[in-house]
Amino acid sequence: MTRYRLAFAITGAVAMLFPVYWMIVTAISSSADMRGPGLHLWPTSVRWENLTDPLSKFPYGMWAVNSVFIAVVAVVLTVVINLMAGYAFAKLRFPGRNVLFILIISTLMVPVQVVMVPQFHLVVDFGLIGSDWGVIVPRLAEAFGLFMARQFMMAIPDELIEAAQCDGSSQWRIFRTVVLPLCRPLIAVLVIFTFMWRWNEFAWPLIVLKDPESYTLQVGLLFLKNQYGQDYGSLMAMSLLSMIPMIIVFALFQRHFVEGMARSGIK
Amino acid sequence: MATVRTRRAREALTGLAFAAPAVAVFAVFMFWPLIQVFWISLQQTRGFGLAKWVGLQNYQEILSDKIFWTALWNTALYTAISVPLCLVAGLAAALLLNKRMPARGLIRAIYYLPAVISGVSSALIGAWLFNEDIGLVNRILDVVGLGPVPWQSEGVPALLSLVAISLWIGLGFNMVVYLAALQGIPREVFEAARCDGASRWATLRRITIPQLGPTTFFLIVIGIINSFQVFDIVYVMTGGGPGNSTTMLVTYAYSAGFEQRQQGYASAIGVVLYLIVLVMTIVQWRVNKRRDVA
Repeated sequence: MTRYRLAFAITGAVAMLFPVYWMIVTAISSSADMRGPGLHLWPTSVRWENLTDPLSKFPYGMWAVNSVFIAVVAVVLTVVINLMAGYAFAKLRFPGRNVLFILIISTLMVPVQVVMVPQFHLVVDFGLIGSDWGVIVPRLAEAFGLFMARQFMMAIPDELIEAAQCDGSSQWRIFRTVVLPLCRPLIAVLVIFTFMWRWNEFAWPLIVLKDPESYTLQVGLLFLKNQYGQDYGSLMAMSLLSMIPMIIVFALFQRHFVEGMARSGIK
Repeated sequence: MATVRTRRAREALTGLAFAAPAVAVFAVFMFWPLIQVFWISLQQTRGFGLAKWVGLQNYQEILSDKIFWTALWNTALYTAISVPLCLVAGLAAALLLNKRMPARGLIRAIYYLPAVISGVSSALIGAWLFNEDIGLVNRILDVVGLGPVPWQSEGVPALLSLVAISLWIGLGFNMVVYLAALQGIPREVFEAARCDGASRWATLRRITIPQLGPTTFFLIVIGIINSFQVFDIVYVMTGGGPGNSTTMLVTYAYSAGFEQRQQGYASAIGVVLYLIVLVMTIVQWRVNKRRDVA
């Protein structure tokens, strides 16, 4: 029984990995090989044109720089905002706290497409259209991260905070020296998920960014799809390159991904 | 007394200060747009010209807009196929990987991997695998004698190719949530079943699946809400085609707002979408409440 079970599990894993494997095969094969007669499930020759050709023709490097900039700035700002707010909503009493929290959480289920037109108008009014900041700023309102931060900080014992208060520490100092050091697992989850959301985001940058030089990798990939048409070699190569940072983050922090997801599911 | 009061006041001030950045971004970029979208949906905006007040005209247009109803039907059909498939596959994977086996962590990670790949990349893989002329799926179907399937030139196959990719992406999340829920079922229940001589199948049907009920319900609601927002893979893989046979509510709203530049009309579609998601959330909330009481 256990042997069958393992065989099933491995078959499933092979099936799940196959599309990525096929991407790699396509990326290193010549397009003639991929179109030609005969079915090969492995590369018959290795070529690098699929990699070098688009890199020399299109501003892929710029797209990568834009993606990195947007993801890094968004992660830093979002995580700081969510940690501060999480602390306030979990541990400090202030007027309107519960109402504000419920209002924020209720935006969790609002589809992006509901607010895209008004958000677009705001970005135009602020003069941020076409800029990285136009992509970053509206997405700082990230309810899921705030919710995770608040839930995590609720579990920190009040006594720790009160003891620090008796020593005469200011709240800001307590937040920095008592609370944050206890929040390492939370910070890891927030950083990883925010990075993934911003790195993979497509619809919003597609709306905000106009000039091809200012694209992110995801918008750039759509641009390449329209350029290359049926020639999938270069497309797969560029798509693979764009996945590398995400795959590395996943490989390093796999446990956090799975735990974070599971926690969001149990609630 | 005075010290207590000043301490309370100080705590309130610090609390507000800590919450201020979040409250500010939510107020400007979420709450305000959520109010404004109703306002814009009552206007007619064509091109870059000035908006004109038209009352409920956009909503009347929606009612008689064939593409809107097609998009709603497509979204519902996509949801009705994709959500149960992801659910069953996720549960099967969780039951399979819940027992000890070699390399279990690695296998779980592989099942989850597609969930971290961007929608655009997933859609590109899908477009390539399901390419009608030279894609691998049709090549294999051809060898087996079942193909070629018109994945791009006919509506139903195009929708099914989207479902296939959504299954690949969504299986891992369902599996992870089910795995966590399986950990939560008390061991004694299974042991009792074994003592009573229950078969594996009976245990699964009578114990495991009922115990996972709340999780299944949660996953169905999340699945429906997510499916109603499916944008990236549709926009990149099929572009809503052929014709409008894979146009979804959100891709239609996007093209109305940002391709045809009828932002009032796009906002009206957004409001309808909002109401649909709202109803589903309320249903979930009420069912949960009833269960908590029971």
